[in-house]
Amino acid sequence: MRQVFVAIALCMLISACEPAARPVVVHSADEIPDHLSAWGVVFADGNHFELNDGVVPYDLNTPLFTDYALKLRTVWLPNDTSAEYNGSRELDFPVGTIISKTFHYEKADSWSDDSFAVLKTDRESTLNVDGYLDLDDYVLIETRLLVRYEDGWRAFPYVWNYAQDDASLELAGDQRTIELVDDNSSESIAYIVPDANQCAGCHTPDHSAKEMRPLGPRAWQLNRAYSWWGSAGTQLEHWAVSGMLTGHSDSPPRGVRWALPGDATLEQRAKAYLDANCAHCHNPTGAADTSALHLNIDAPVDRRYGICKTPVAVGRGSGDRPYDIYPGRPGDSILVYRMQHSDPAIAMPELGRGTVHVEGLALISDWIASMNGEC
Amino acid sequence: MRNQILVLTTFAVGALLAACERQAEHDTAPSAYQKQLQTALITAKPGDVITIPAGVHEFNRGLSLNVSGVTIRGEGMDKSILSFKNQVQGAEGLLVSASDFTIEDLAIEDTAGDGLKINEGRNIIIRRVRAEWTNGPDEKNGAYGIYPVQTENVLLEECVAIAASDAGIYVGQSRNVVVRNNRAERNVAGIEIENTFNADVYGNVTNENTGGILVFNMPDLPQPGHSTRVFGNTVIANNTDNFGAAGTPVASVPAGSGIVINSNDKVEIFDNEIADNDTANIIISSYYAAGFQGTRDMAADYDPYPETIYIYGNRLSGGGSSPDGLDLKALKVAMFGLTGSLPDVLWDGFVNADKLDADGVHLPEYAICVDNEDAEILNADLPNGSDNIVVGATQHRCQHKKLPAVVLAAPLS
Repeated sequence: MRQVFVAIALCMLISACEPAARPVVVHSADEIPDHLSAWGVVFADGNHFELNDGVVPYDLNTPLFTDYALKLRTVWLPNDTSAEYNGSRELDFPVGTIISKTFHYEKADSWSDDSFAVLKTDRESTLNVDGYLDLDDYVLIETRLLVRYEDGWRAFPYVWNYAQDDASLELAGDQRTIELVDDNSSESIAYIVPDANQCAGCHTPDHSAKEMRPLGPRAWQLNRAYSWWGSAGTQLEHWAVSGMLTGHSDSPPRGVRWALPGDATLEQRAKAYLDANCAHCHNPTGAADTSALHLNIDAPVDRRYGICKTPVAVGRGSGDRPYDIYPGRPGDSILVYRMQHSDPAIAMPELGRGTVHVEGLALISDWIASMNGEC
Repeated sequence: MRNQILVLTTFAVGALLAACERQAEHDTAPSAYQKQLQTALITAKPGDVITIPAGVHEFNRGLSLNVSGVTIRGEGMDKSILSFKNQVQGAEGLLVSASDFTIEDLAIEDTAGDGLKINEGRNIIIRRVRAEWTNGPDEKNGAYGIYPVQTENVLLEECVAIAASDAGIYVGQSRNVVVRNNRAERNVAGIEIENTFNADVYGNVTNENTGGILVFNMPDLPQPGHSTRVFGNTVIANNTDNFGAAGTPVASVPAGSGIVINSNDKVEIFDNEIADNDTANIIISSYYAAGFQGTRDMAADYDPYPETIYIYGNRLSGGGSSPDGLDLKALKVAMFGLTGSLPDVLWDGFVNADKLDADGVHLPEYAICVDNEDAEILNADLPNGSDNIVVGATQHRCQHKKLPAVVLAAPLS
């Protein structure tokens, strides 16, 4: 354990050397700055994107898919505060907490400011060994902030400029046409930066309470290693040791990596994926409780999870398939149909899906194909 | 009825595949007004009135409002037009998650999904709003025109809904609702009340839809519906071919349906002008006949039977002369001849065995009562493969205690 401490101290020390000491600033909710740099959480100068001192990157086991964007997540806690452990919902973060998520892409060989050609690659974002992103290789799109005030969380979307040296507050969101490129294909899509209301559309998992909350930093999502800490151990353990987290359980819920075959059963991985991508609305108190389809990770896999469940107000989203999940028959399952399409009248989730998530679709299809039973 | 559903379904699938992907117009720059209105909605404070000037305003993404106590007001449903023809994102035109909300005097056109959706809120007024797909009936159109769901204390009046591929006006899982003096035309369903209780639907004109007015209950939902009064409406010639997306509940509604009750209880239909609906002026059916094939099992707590139905004092004429679907066509010809018509009221005949007397007839409190002069009811006896079809005017002649009028609570009273 002592080694861990040393490692952490060393990391902190290194990142504290650069950038020059600028404080993180928690702006009051009615004086939100126009520029991201004013928060002092993350910076870019056209060459490097980096984190301020005390801003801690983290990763999730099973993140929300957003058009193959890479996502760099960070959390910053005010001095001498810590988050309180919670095993079932998100950790309880103190007032003044700033969570950031920076959406970026790796540039394709055919990249130019005009082509905006970026790699369609299903992987996690990682800072390089020196702790930054090299903007020769990456393009920054947007950074979303979630800030914890006395009366709850607020969300602010910032869009990076073409010079890649700052991002501007865009409460109404924004749109970029990007070219998603992989070895075999190239696809032009409209990348949509959500507006502030749409942020709340997902970040209000209890739609009746209308209370915004972070979605990612839950114990099962954080229960994994992250190389930034430079040693073995899970993020939760490191947060606990570094004082960021109190009340940490010795037996937190198991982390499930959706994209890691062998890490868990097919069903566990599928349930993790559906939780991260659907359950912010599709839970018993969510905006989509109108459909009575509940895909939260702790829900039983029964009718309300979609097994042999007929659609309600599905519009064009059913594709003439009879059930949300038809055991053994992905081709007859509405879940699969909705994942196969990007048309806003059909696609699920409703936001962040200008293209099909091929790998996620394969996982859910495989899981449904593996099921036994009839309807 | 099932064959006809399969035919409809097969037909619709082909068309759906052919027209599946909406071409995204990536390079359509959002109008300056889009950003202005989005920002006004995002930064709104309770008590704000957001005005929409006259003109056609183009949007390429959905709008949303999360703040209670806001009014959105245009200059008229033919003047202030929000057009979503090039929508690339957002399943709705305007999505409202708020209470004490009023929207009036504007139009929402050509949305990818629903036009106006209000998800969970109290004290909602929707007045003189037009929701329309300007290309006319097309299965690529969005599902619902005006769609309050999980709302309470709702007044929906003098609106217009045209060419929705599901319901023009759809009230779902709500309570204490008044839907009056609206016009819904050329939708699959003109007005649909679903899993809702205490709803009054009156003074509406619902002509030329596939089905005029639907009162439905669907399984698995948090709230079963009951107690709907449908009165004083005009429900004429709802004979538009069903263009609903295959697999949706309304895709099984036969063209030519006037008023349809499915699996709902305590429904009162009176004083309506119902005419020239080619399948039938009134259809009463259970979930079993709603197009969901028999293999689909039922949620344990779901009541699939229509019960305590009271039909009286309607002006019924024409209708039933050209029913949709082979089964009904054959039935009509066999029983009423080539030039004859089906009776005004069709009932599938499914009953809950626990609610019958010793003779196998509904206990009085659950009866389907048709006390409408000489209007006849046809019991299709679907549970027994139509072995014993009964037609007559007297076998369902009974009365129920009338439902009370819906009283909207303050501040809508």
